[in-house]
Amino acid sequence: MATLEIRDLHVSVVAENGTKEILKGVDLTVKQGETHAIMGPNGSGKSTLAYSIAGHPKYTITSGTVTLDGEDVLEMSVDERARAGMFLAMQYPVEVPGVSVSNFLRTSATAIRGEAPKLRTWVKEVKSAMEQLQMDPAFAERNVNEGFSGGEKKRHEILQMELLKPKIAILDETDSGLDVDALRQVSDGVNRVRETGEVGTLLITHYTRILRYIKPDFVHVFSGGRIVESGGAELADKLENEGYEAYSTKGGASA
Amino acid sequence: MAEAQNIPAGSTTAGSIAVAAESTVATRMSAPPSFDVADFPVPHGREEEWRFTPLARLRGLHDGTAVATGEGVRVEVEAPEGVTVETVGREDERLGKAGTPVDRVAAQAYSSFEKASVVTVAKEAVLTEPIRIAVHGQGGVAFGHQVIELGAFAEAVVVIDHTGDAVLAANVDYVLGDGAKLTVVSVQDWDEKAVHVAQHNALVGRDASFKSVVVTFGGDVVRIHPRVRYAAPGGEAELFGLYFTDAGQHQEHRLLVDHDAPHCKSNVAYKGALQGQDAHAVWIGDVLIQAAAEGTDTYELNRNLVLTDGARVDSVPNLEIETGEIAGAGHASATGRFDDEQLFYLMSRGIPESEARRLVVRGFFAELVQQIGLPDVQERLLAKIEAELEASV
Repeated sequence: MATLEIRDLHVSVVAENGTKEILKGVDLTVKQGETHAIMGPNGSGKSTLAYSIAGHPKYTITSGTVTLDGEDVLEMSVDERARAGMFLAMQYPVEVPGVSVSNFLRTSATAIRGEAPKLRTWVKEVKSAMEQLQMDPAFAERNVNEGFSGGEKKRHEILQMELLKPKIAILDETDSGLDVDALRQVSDGVNRVRETGEVGTLLITHYTRILRYIKPDFVHVFSGGRIVESGGAELADKLENEGYEAYSTKGGASA
Repeated sequence: MAEAQNIPAGSTTAGSIAVAAESTVATRMSAPPSFDVADFPVPHGREEEWRFTPLARLRGLHDGTAVATGEGVRVEVEAPEGVTVETVGREDERLGKAGTPVDRVAAQAYSSFEKASVVTVAKEAVLTEPIRIAVHGQGGVAFGHQVIELGAFAEAVVVIDHTGDAVLAANVDYVLGDGAKLTVVSVQDWDEKAVHVAQHNALVGRDASFKSVVVTFGGDVVRIHPRVRYAAPGGEAELFGLYFTDAGQHQEHRLLVDHDAPHCKSNVAYKGALQGQDAHAVWIGDVLIQAAAEGTDTYELNRNLVLTDGARVDSVPNLEIETGEIAGAGHASATGRFDDEQLFYLMSRGIPESEARRLVVRGFFAELVQQIGLPDVQERLLAKIEAELEASV
């Protein structure tokens, strides 16, 4: 069973006046089949955690470890991490002009699976995944994220999650900017992947809304660059009622 | 509309649409067109038409110090039946009909060439095989003049291939009779030291169709100046271009479409990719719609993809309209970077870096390459683009 282990992770970025530490010792273990929600106020470092694990060059790991089944993730290049089974659904997916969705999906599936998927089964696979996400087939011929609405971008991210079948999926604010219908469709997509029991999910969100559709096994409150409280799904209800104020103070004090 | 996004440092993408009573395209040149080099002062680099060009690297083409060496270039013409290929002297009256040199180097070429090549396709001849003109640089300095003339309703494809090493200044005339269809592909696949400056003049007959594909990969300095005029109403011109500018290279494409006859069309699309330190691409797109040119339909586009730091693009579309009675007119210019975020996104889906670059560059050129409509040329271009990318990784 695949396990992602994050130990005492410290991450900095280069800011206007020198480097700024954003993550200040994150500890977290995510196992295949589990769903963890990371909740926290804006600026608490949630997205930094997501992008650091995926290997974005903007972030510098100053100390700590991230391993996937004991393998050192931090030593891997961005594409190696993906091929090892990591997936990041981005909050702001990037436009790639001139590259069609169908070409992109097939190229990444080929890279992840280690061989080109058989054309006939692949076409079916993509078609049915798109149907389930209620995406127009014409979508496949558009350029990656170019001119996509917010909802289309998120569906496209989850489409990739369904097709690439990661061991560990990090969903960075996948719920932001979605109306209720889109949120439900996207959540259904995530749940279909979860139901296979083969993905560990790290759901990063500011709001509890998405947790009505995607039930987490664990909820972690993130503040001041680290996890300040962990619990079960009931912790989300507490946040729903009380907000982040109590934690912001705590986070602020330790910063 | 000129649009700009994510413009790399040092690059410009400026454009203008002017509605003017008289042409400013013409007045921007430092001297009126002339066949005589003496009518042009030696440029110093601040003139509008020279301001982007590294004069010091022109090996004397601009100041009269470049002298033909006798073994400048070897020209071989391979033509199917129905085509007449001649080598003629300066006095031949078919020379210079399509256009007059507009800058000093073009005039130098016209004043200095000794023999010209004239390729004629008889009227109503429809060629099934392309005419192939190989211009192979022998390491020297050369001045050339090439004429390609199609009689009424003739149809031909011409592929002009520039390879080897040379310092070459040339004029190429395309004369299209009424209803003729000509596709010309000019490939600049020079060795790295070559310098090539050329003016291409097309004179498009009544209801004739002219398609020009200019492809620039090699050379130290390449400056191509395709120009189109219409001899009568109903003509159509498509000007496509593709360039891949590597470290240290200067590749400049300056275009003029002069709509001086009614009901003509033009469509310009140039795309370039740049990589490496001091790669410099210049694209000037001038479209002039004269008062007489009612019913004109024109569009021009330039897109640049900057793959690495240190490259620079200057892209300047200009549209001048002297009549309101037109079918359509527009232009677009954009220079974007293949940036770290795109790279990160593709790599985060397991795609290795080199493949991610290939994907983006291939995608960038694909639509344009498809419009060329010549499968063997298309394949060759795609292969060449791949090779350029390989070399960069």
